[in-house]
Amino acid sequence: MRRAWRWLIPLSAIPVLALLAYGFRTNPRDIASPLVGRPAPAFALTAFDGTAVSLEAHRGRVVVVNFWASWCYPACYEEAPVLERAWRTYRDRGLTLIGVDIQDKREAAEKFIRDFGLTFPNAQDLTGKVSVDFGVYGVPETFFLDRRGQIRAKHVGALTDEIFRANVERLLAEPEGKPGPA
Amino acid sequence: MRTVRTRRLVVVLLLGATLCGTAAAQQPARSVTEETVHEVAAQLRCVVCQNLSVADSPSEMAQQMRAIVRERLAAGERPEQVVQYFVDRYGEWILLSPRPRGFNLLVWLFPAVAVAVGLVILTVVLRRWTRQHRASAATPSTLDAAMSERIRRELERER
Amino acid sequence: MIPEIGRAASLVALVLALGGAVAATAGGRTGRSALVEAAQRAGVGVFVLISFCFALLTYAFLTFDFSVRYVASNTNLGTPFYYRITGVWGALEGSIILWAWMLALYTLIIVLRHRETTREFYPWVLAVMLSVLAFFLLVMTVAASPFERLAPVPADGRGLNPLLEDTGMITHPVALYLGFTGLTVPFAFAIAALVTGRVGDAWITMTRRWTIIAWYFLSLGLLIGGWWSYHVLGWGGYWAWDPVENAAFMPWLAATAFLHSVMIQERRRMLKLWNISLIILSFTLTLFGTFLTRSGIIASVHAFTQGAIGILFLSFLALVVLVALGLVALRWDALRAQGELDSVVSRESAFLLNNVLLIAATFTVFFGTVFPLLSEAVRGVKVSVGAPFFNQVNIPLFLSLIFLMGVGPLIAWRRASTDNLRRNFLWPVALGFLAALVAFGAGVRPTLAVLTFATTVFVSATIALDFGRATRARRRTGERLLPAMGGLLLRHNRRYGGFLVHFGVLVIAVGVTGSHAWSVQTETTLKRGEHAELAGYRVRFDGLSASEESNHAKVTGAFTVSNGRVLDVLRPAKKFYPQQQSPIAAVDYRLGLTEDIYLVLGDFARDGTEATIKLQVNRLVSWIWIGGVVITLGALLAILPEARRPA
Repeated sequence: MRRAWRWLIPLSAIPVLALLAYGFRTNPRDIASPLVGRPAPAFALTAFDGTAVSLEAHRGRVVVVNFWASWCYPACYEEAPVLERAWRTYRDRGLTLIGVDIQDKREAAEKFIRDFGLTFPNAQDLTGKVSVDFGVYGVPETFFLDRRGQIRAKHVGALTDEIFRANVERLLAEPEGKPGPA
Repeated sequence: MRTVRTRRLVVVLLLGATLCGTAAAQQPARSVTEETVHEVAAQLRCVVCQNLSVADSPSEMAQQMRAIVRERLAAGERPEQVVQYFVDRYGEWILLSPRPRGFNLLVWLFPAVAVAVGLVILTVVLRRWTRQHRASAATPSTLDAAMSERIRRELERER
Repeated sequence: MIPEIGRAASLVALVLALGGAVAATAGGRTGRSALVEAAQRAGVGVFVLISFCFALLTYAFLTFDFSVRYVASNTNLGTPFYYRITGVWGALEGSIILWAWMLALYTLIIVLRHRETTREFYPWVLAVMLSVLAFFLLVMTVAASPFERLAPVPADGRGLNPLLEDTGMITHPVALYLGFTGLTVPFAFAIAALVTGRVGDAWITMTRRWTIIAWYFLSLGLLIGGWWSYHVLGWGGYWAWDPVENAAFMPWLAATAFLHSVMIQERRRMLKLWNISLIILSFTLTLFGTFLTRSGIIASVHAFTQGAIGILFLSFLALVVLVALGLVALRWDALRAQGELDSVVSRESAFLLNNVLLIAATFTVFFGTVFPLLSEAVRGVKVSVGAPFFNQVNIPLFLSLIFLMGVGPLIAWRRASTDNLRRNFLWPVALGFLAALVAFGAGVRPTLAVLTFATTVFVSATIALDFGRATRARRRTGERLLPAMGGLLLRHNRRYGGFLVHFGVLVIAVGVTGSHAWSVQTETTLKRGEHAELAGYRVRFDGLSASEESNHAKVTGAFTVSNGRVLDVLRPAKKFYPQQQSPIAAVDYRLGLTEDIYLVLGDFARDGTEATIKLQVNRLVSWIWIGGVVITLGALLAILPEARRPA
């Protein structure tokens, strides 16, 4: 019995190795947002074309807020056409899409918008307050808000048509005033 | 509550005065809370860097976060409230040091436990060794042929 | 051409290494020297091949051969000449080949020097070295080949990571890797000892110098890393407890413990099990370190990449840990010899306490580093464990260790009599208390600073006392002062080398304490002509200027620093590299013995009328680098060939 105890020594390494192996399944940069299920922070910005952009104005519609930057390559570049397509598809079905440009230079951002032909409202967050309010830690990040202004989902990384559609269809299907599952 | 705040402000003021020398006349209010800004920012993790605090990071995002901290403090929020604001938005991950609560106590207590365990083992081992020494010192050292042969062989093995 | 030749060469090297490892193992088991010689030749062959690969890669860098993917990723037509050389090890693939080359170099040295002296160990040492080499060559050929071809060949490359365009790049990885790979040698000998059953002192005596050299290079690598962080990364600090920094720190801690406890085995023949465990721990921690930096499981400033390579490293780590610990379990009986001690108050106890603290620190850093992973696994919540935590928990440990530095070298072996204690410690303890009072009275406020100061004085006093007494003893024979001191240093170079290293650690400790306790900073936006003030310094913003360098655009600010009289003009800059997302801050600083002025340029207005700066006055940071120099001298002294001693 005493002799067998010694084999605990190599065996004791196994839990540690297992923990390290577990590390392969996680992405250290993937942080769960505590804001999901909570009301979205209000903001009021000025779009690149001069119009005012605010969340309250769109209460009652499904709102998608997308944080991007012109230097965010390749993810934002992959995502921009997806957003523009989705905007054209859903704008008449009760969707509002707002792009927020963070930590960027105005000319570079305007060039980005021109290059991709983006027609949805885009505004620049000069002080970073909006991005911090939303708990943004990288670009691109997209928040899906329901008709009552609650954040229902957050997507980190470039969007695809499927992901956009899946989230938005679900929220569009909810009538206003009826609380949906968190 | 108010006395604590006042006291803290006084301490910060004194600190600021001694450390900043003759503060620039144009911004007395800012240089007073600069220390506190640094204190708060040092607890927060810069979200775009890896493992740097918001106080240390030279990145633009960190600069913006520091500005937000500064603004909130100037508006009268307490340091804990400012920190909580960030935690509400980013989760516990934004704190550079895990809050010593619940599961996190594991990592906080581990060092003390490790040292304690080490000291216990050390004590046990040292006791055994000193006892061993006393025991062998007590036995008479008569070396017979068999014993010295064994000793010689042991020594050979050691080499 | 180059990609194919390089791949072929690395493949051949891999086969040779594997074959050599097998041959060496077989030679060890059967005792047939022909096998061992074959393994030996394989080792030499591997060295030649890897050197060839290295030279080939460097040639590709120097000639802008963008058909090699690695070259295209890490250099471009604008990269200056010297960075084209250091860029060879600037990214993952290059780092692997550097590591492999050093391993091969060490294997060669063993073949050339230790053939005769290591007898039964030799085949097994070769087997271990060649196995580890084979693993790194496997990674090099299968997962991270620097010789991958890029087609179509681009006209220009991406360029070196701008943060790596620095002299630190030349020295930091080289020093660090020399340390990491250096630990492989004592480890190999330990395995050889376990396999052959000769677990006595022989393997320790043979590897003593290797251990010191590996330890020294690890220390040097860590210090250069700190220096690099301080003057390049622009955050005004030198150590952030980043997972990759911890990955290098943990082997250092374990190696320091090992370095000390082998002295007990040399003197008293005790602690066999402990010493073997320590070197296994040190070596596996170096593997863990490379795994951590290359697997991406923990976010870090250094993390090279994620993917299959992580799995390779983890598998090898698991293999090494299980085999090594399995061997320990196998030889348990032989290792568990009884020790004897006259008294608890003795040098053995001091050394053992030193080990307890160092290993506790090692495990603390380890646990803190993997805790985010554990928290996620158990709670599903991500937490961060960063500098504030590590500083808080480690400081008491390190302070105690510094205190022990004063006790260990002077306290007697086996049993310290009260007389011995009084002779050696009365004055230092008294001076330490006095220093504490003086510091407190002089207004030094953070209690930690007072404690550190007092402990430093205590330890310095013990060193001075020992050295002074020994010098006095020599002088009694009629020797003059300087020859007496010199002769003492040379005759007992191990002891005094150790003292010098301890003293270097003290200097570093003072530097670290000073920088933490008394550094100040501020952040402010200045218009042209305005000034900021901090700690008696006045920094005036004079303007911005733009310039074009060979591979980047630069905006430099000019700031006049004065403290009554003009001291300097600092020019922090922001460098804009086309391939980088955001600009790199180039800090400017004015170093001093007691104070550094450190300036970072933040945001600025396009027309140059306004700039945001972060201004720091860091205290005593230079002492850290000076301490590094002292440690270098001490280590050099310690590894000198021993003076002829009477048998």
